[in-house]
Amino acid sequence: MSLNAKDKDAVKAFWAKVSGKAGDIGSDALSRMLTVYPQTKTYFAHWKDMSAGSDPVVKHGKAVMGGVAEAINKIDDLNAGLLNLSELHAFTLRVDPANFKILSHNILVVMAILFPKDFTPEVHVAMDKFLGALSRALAEKYR
Amino acid sequence: MVVWTDFERSTIQDIFSKMDYEVVGPAALTRCLIVYPWTQRYFGNFGNLYNAAAIMGNPMVAKHGTTILHGLDRGVKNMDDLKTTYAELSVLHSEKLHVDPDNFKLLSDCLTIVVAARFGEAFTAEVQAAFQKFLAVVVSSLGRQYH
Repeated sequence: MSLNAKDKDAVKAFWAKVSGKAGDIGSDALSRMLTVYPQTKTYFAHWKDMSAGSDPVVKHGKAVMGGVAEAINKIDDLNAGLLNLSELHAFTLRVDPANFKILSHNILVVMAILFPKDFTPEVHVAMDKFLGALSRALAEKYR
Repeated sequence: MVVWTDFERSTIQDIFSKMDYEVVGPAALTRCLIVYPWTQRYFGNFGNLYNAAAIMGNPMVAKHGTTILHGLDRGVKNMDDLKTTYAELSVLHSEKLHVDPDNFKLLSDCLTIVVAARFGEAFTAEVQAAFQKFLAVVVSSLGRQYH
């Protein structure tokens, strides 16, 4: 299920529309993940405040979307492009890769809420494929 | 036995009382067929599903989307016994339709996204949690009679 040229174009075109709100998307997606999938909170036990709009959530939401932006720039070779991030997640953070799917779902939900007209089924499938490919690249170094 | 909070009950009742079945049902099913194209395997007799435009314009898909969404009504009315409520439909999907139960989750993800887009900011994290919990229990009930 690798990205073809049409997928990459769709992802880049949609990103151009939404990247201005990247921080908000990240922060909202993260909040939703922590609320809808409470088991994900286990990775953030060191945060004083996990509520929506709190400093750590806002800051981390921005960081996550920074990673997504980087992935879009490196969309033609995600494994190579996300090598450092993969090593970080594999050896330091050790996030179970099942959670990448969970966060991806919430990113899509937020995109649907913020951009209901632009998040068409065609954009949805391209973004879903892209986030899947990103997740696979992120899990590359795990074992 | 699934325990529902008052918030969860009222949220589910509220969402479905405002549901535009003829819009949301078709939108969710078409999205599922487009985003997860392997799900088209169950609709061989629906005619033209060759591309997104064809799927979105297909009247059989639209009709079936509405039917599926109305299938959730009985669950909304019987939240305290979803297992029994969907036992018959579970047997149907297993024995007659031969649908891989993993597909139920794919459709419910698409339904969540369509409902989120319609409700906008009102679809808060807490509302999303309640909605996804309801769908998860329905999905589980639909898969229960498979053997």
